[in-house]
Amino acid sequence: MSQVNRLSQGGRIDRSRQLHFTFNGKPYVGYAGDTLASALLANGIDIVNRSFKYSRPRGIVAAGAEEPNAIVQLGSSEATQVPNVRATQQALYEGLTARSTNGWPNVQRDLMGMVGKLSGTFMPPGFYYKTFMAPASLWMTYEKYIRKSAGLGRSPTEPDPDSYDHINQHCDVLVIGAGPAGLAAAVTAARNGARVILCDEQEEMGGSLLDSRELIDDSPAVQWVDRVIDELAAMDNVTLLPRTTANGYHDHNFVTLHERCTEHLADSAPASGSRRQARSRMHRVRASQVVLATGAHERPLVYANNDVPGNLLAGAVSTYIRRYGVAPGQKLVLSATNDHAYRAALDWREAGREVVAIVDARANPQGDLVAKARTLGIPIITESAVIEAKGAERVSGARVAKIDATRFTVAGEVEELACDTIASSGGYSPVIHLSSHTGTRPTWRDDILGFVPGEVKGLTSVGGARGVYPLDDVIRDGIDGGRQATQAAGLDANAVTGLVPQVSAREDGAACALYQVPHLKPSMRAPKQFVDLQNDVTAAGIELATREGFESIEHVKRYTAMGFGTDQGKLGNINGMAIAARCLHRSIPEVGTTVFRPNYTPVTFGAIVGRHCRDLFDPERYTALHQWHVEQGAEFEDVGQWKRPWYFPRTVNGKKETLHEAVARECLAVRERVGILDASTLGKIDIQGADAREFLGRVYTNKWAKLAPGRVRYGLMCKDDGMLMDDGTTSCLGENHFLMTTTTGGAAGVMEWLELWHQTEWPELDVYFTSVTDHWATMTVTGPDARKLLAELTDIDLDKEQFKFMDWREGTVAGVPARVFRISFTGELAYEINVQANYAMHVWTALFKHGEKYDLTPYGTETMHVLRAEKGLIIVGQDTDGSVTPEDLGMQWAIGYDKPYSWIGKRALSRSDTRRTDRKQFVGLKPKDPKVVLEEGAQIVFDPNQSIPMSMVGHVTSSYYSPTLGHGFALAVVKGGHERMGETVYLPMVDGKVHEAEIVSPVFLDPKGERQNV
Amino acid sequence: MFHIYCPYCEEHREEEEFHPKGQAHIQRPADPEACSDEAWGDYLFFRDNPRGVHHELWVHAVGCRKFFNITRHTVSYEILETYKMGEAPTVTAKSVSEKDKQAGVQAATGGWQTVGARPESEALNDASNQGARV
Repeated sequence: MSQVNRLSQGGRIDRSRQLHFTFNGKPYVGYAGDTLASALLANGIDIVNRSFKYSRPRGIVAAGAEEPNAIVQLGSSEATQVPNVRATQQALYEGLTARSTNGWPNVQRDLMGMVGKLSGTFMPPGFYYKTFMAPASLWMTYEKYIRKSAGLGRSPTEPDPDSYDHINQHCDVLVIGAGPAGLAAAVTAARNGARVILCDEQEEMGGSLLDSRELIDDSPAVQWVDRVIDELAAMDNVTLLPRTTANGYHDHNFVTLHERCTEHLADSAPASGSRRQARSRMHRVRASQVVLATGAHERPLVYANNDVPGNLLAGAVSTYIRRYGVAPGQKLVLSATNDHAYRAALDWREAGREVVAIVDARANPQGDLVAKARTLGIPIITESAVIEAKGAERVSGARVAKIDATRFTVAGEVEELACDTIASSGGYSPVIHLSSHTGTRPTWRDDILGFVPGEVKGLTSVGGARGVYPLDDVIRDGIDGGRQATQAAGLDANAVTGLVPQVSAREDGAACALYQVPHLKPSMRAPKQFVDLQNDVTAAGIELATREGFESIEHVKRYTAMGFGTDQGKLGNINGMAIAARCLHRSIPEVGTTVFRPNYTPVTFGAIVGRHCRDLFDPERYTALHQWHVEQGAEFEDVGQWKRPWYFPRTVNGKKETLHEAVARECLAVRERVGILDASTLGKIDIQGADAREFLGRVYTNKWAKLAPGRVRYGLMCKDDGMLMDDGTTSCLGENHFLMTTTTGGAAGVMEWLELWHQTEWPELDVYFTSVTDHWATMTVTGPDARKLLAELTDIDLDKEQFKFMDWREGTVAGVPARVFRISFTGELAYEINVQANYAMHVWTALFKHGEKYDLTPYGTETMHVLRAEKGLIIVGQDTDGSVTPEDLGMQWAIGYDKPYSWIGKRALSRSDTRRTDRKQFVGLKPKDPKVVLEEGAQIVFDPNQSIPMSMVGHVTSSYYSPTLGHGFALAVVKGGHERMGETVYLPMVDGKVHEAEIVSPVFLDPKGERQNV
Repeated sequence: MFHIYCPYCEEHREEEEFHPKGQAHIQRPADPEACSDEAWGDYLFFRDNPRGVHHELWVHAVGCRKFFNITRHTVSYEILETYKMGEAPTVTAKSVSEKDKQAGVQAATGGWQTVGARPESEALNDASNQGARV
């Protein structure tokens, strides 16, 4: 039989179902019900990994979430690679493929291990910090070896074939953990009518009862588990979530539960019928009350070479024997500080294996389990501990000695016991991680030698999670906690009768505190005593950190990397803090604990992202004309969430135009004939009310008192610090009715801005805002032939005296109701046609039908940018950046200095900073070389010969080649630029070139506006 | 993620529906032109950063679009109260510290809220928060 450590009977596995799997390429067999860890142990695999820093061989230590060593890479194909899986939490399935994540060239024969062994000081604590301080070449030398040997797996290089769901849940009572306390709490709450969610991270619910020796109601505890789960499963108000980890406990009782739906079946979600299942579900639970029933983790003892494979937690030994029918060795030495750990020796003996000795740190252990061990004739060595494990790739012996824990010395002769397994237990640490996520600080309790959760509103902790350990107490505590939570959720909780099961009370003797076992040599010279196995942090490392001046536990943590692993130091943290406390001559509560943060165990990114990826990553907004643009082969650019046509490349002589070619053609079409732009994305806000005009006067810098119906005005909007935040035109539709346009990206922000001022400062004003961006489609027809084209399709009088620049008219266009605005963002004659969005395609195609003879040319945002820049028209957010006032832009003409109300931004314009004459001011730049197109963002200097660092006096905000002007041109901000017209500035580039440019007016084309005013 | 009671919708909603807008009860000076540069600078740029009770302005951005105030404990993140614009908070740093003093509590720890504002709320009794934004 290949499963050398599999017991002939016992365990909760299904021996009739063999499962085949591979580990590091070799085939093995396990049973249904195994975890990968239990199957590896059954097959006698000692070494599952190499350690992170020293590359020491490592074996399985624990049986649950706290496992630090058995971190494996799963996946039978590239796309289904899963890194960072704890073998102890991974159910075995047929065909499972696992690899060690560490070890080079492999875990059995690891070259780095030689380095680690030969040179114990190769990587002391603070290694990285110290190395970075050394000459840089040293790090370069280390780096390639460290990178090669370190790591906890790799991510797949191919797209994830799986899908992941999110689901929102609400409940009265969320119970986290389905051990004895959690089950009791859940059934209590459920019987009282509470809506209950019960989640548990394991394959099976039952927690510690799954490997318990104890009887409930005179039968094995698991029978009680089955009864309770059956009852819960039958209730409509209960949701049971097995294989579900509460990975984060967030504000206001928001808890995220990661349910792994298919990871026990395959490395990729199998199909269910014709559809693939979701691989996992993230439940976003808003719980009225949370019951924390997460139990406790056993603490290992810290002794020399405690990392050699064959060193296990006492509780894990019991779990593997009782739950999986696996005894991971032949000859056991148990080193313990408490009665509960004796279970390991009793289970080992009952499995027919030899218990060499129980080594107990206490002078006079007394409890029931101790008596039982004595009855069985197991030797018990008191006041002693295993001080050192012998062996290289597997334990071969245990060095045992009398110790004096108070003086931290070895107090007697050392005896070496031959064995292949050392189980240790230094007590239990309540699993307080989730409560710590809320920011609450845990409290140390001397009586249980552990931290218990701090106070959190809406949280009740029960059982082991708050240091209650005897089974009868745990169940009673669960019932009480369940009742409390139900009442706190606002329900009656009296309907509990006959629930309390009978548990025969067990007498346990008191435990003793032992966080590091003394060695004959001082910690610094003794063989390594590991505290944090995953990050290779030793007791000597912590001692060194405190000697080097690190006193805060948070600093010790960062210096040594204790608790930085993916296990967050579940095993080692308390021991490490206690060792730091001893070295600092302080108590554990004085030193305190570091903060646990989400996630409790690693969560795959897919589960966090859920469906918010690929097409659903961010909404895309399309205009009513989008389909036409797509059909015309437009290239698109993202503006906010909108997809806007960037340019419309044509195919000329079988060759598709470049951006530059298309833009040149589109620009000339507008300047010489007529072009059309889909401007629907501009924000549009309908403003109504008796005080609408007054309101506009307060939020815009310019005057609105006299704007008559039928007229349009350009407005600048500032924040109260005087800096420009948005611009756009606003049209007077009626005495109390206006239509404001905003920049495409600024629409939502402006809307909220208007509401902010109305609701918080001026609620007395009668004004209402409605977003109408999507209701209207906007088509800009612009160019010398714009009037001729539009005249063919509208009943509006387009006579230049009747319908002037900055007027708007209502009428029909192509037979549908329309508002036409004579606004120009190109400097040409222009009409912005607004129609209801669902008429847009009809009007657009009609325009093209009639526009063919004028060579009507669609243009995109890039051409729009060039055309507006030629006219010196700004784009907020491109030419401004939140530090530019209207005065910096030279737009004093748009500032109503004498308006009666001190409008938003006015006061700031007279602050000393805004009055400076050397502020960066908006100007045009004309490169001396007409072929040069300056880089946007390029820095400007006055003196190109100044030594570095040069005085930077501004930068280029917009820069293009103008096909109309025949040269490159730019817009820029330059210190004191308005007074520097005609001066030469310099733009030193990264490649060493220095461009020269002349400061000119930002209006490059038609400064008198004769083209648009025709 | 906070669970926020909107005093207009009269429901608890997820934080995703709201935007925080900074400290509450910052009143724009009635006559900005009469302000010194320093006073105007204080209004524009200076905000409290208390460890403890803080009054904040929020907006139910994708809900009713109403602005309202939240009194929140910046250590525990507990929301002690939400109240409409124009109302004064009933829970302030002063009231909390006095209540804690009477109960012998050192500081509020952990938690969350469900207290809505009382419409008949009393005037502010916290000197630092005078001049409620109305």
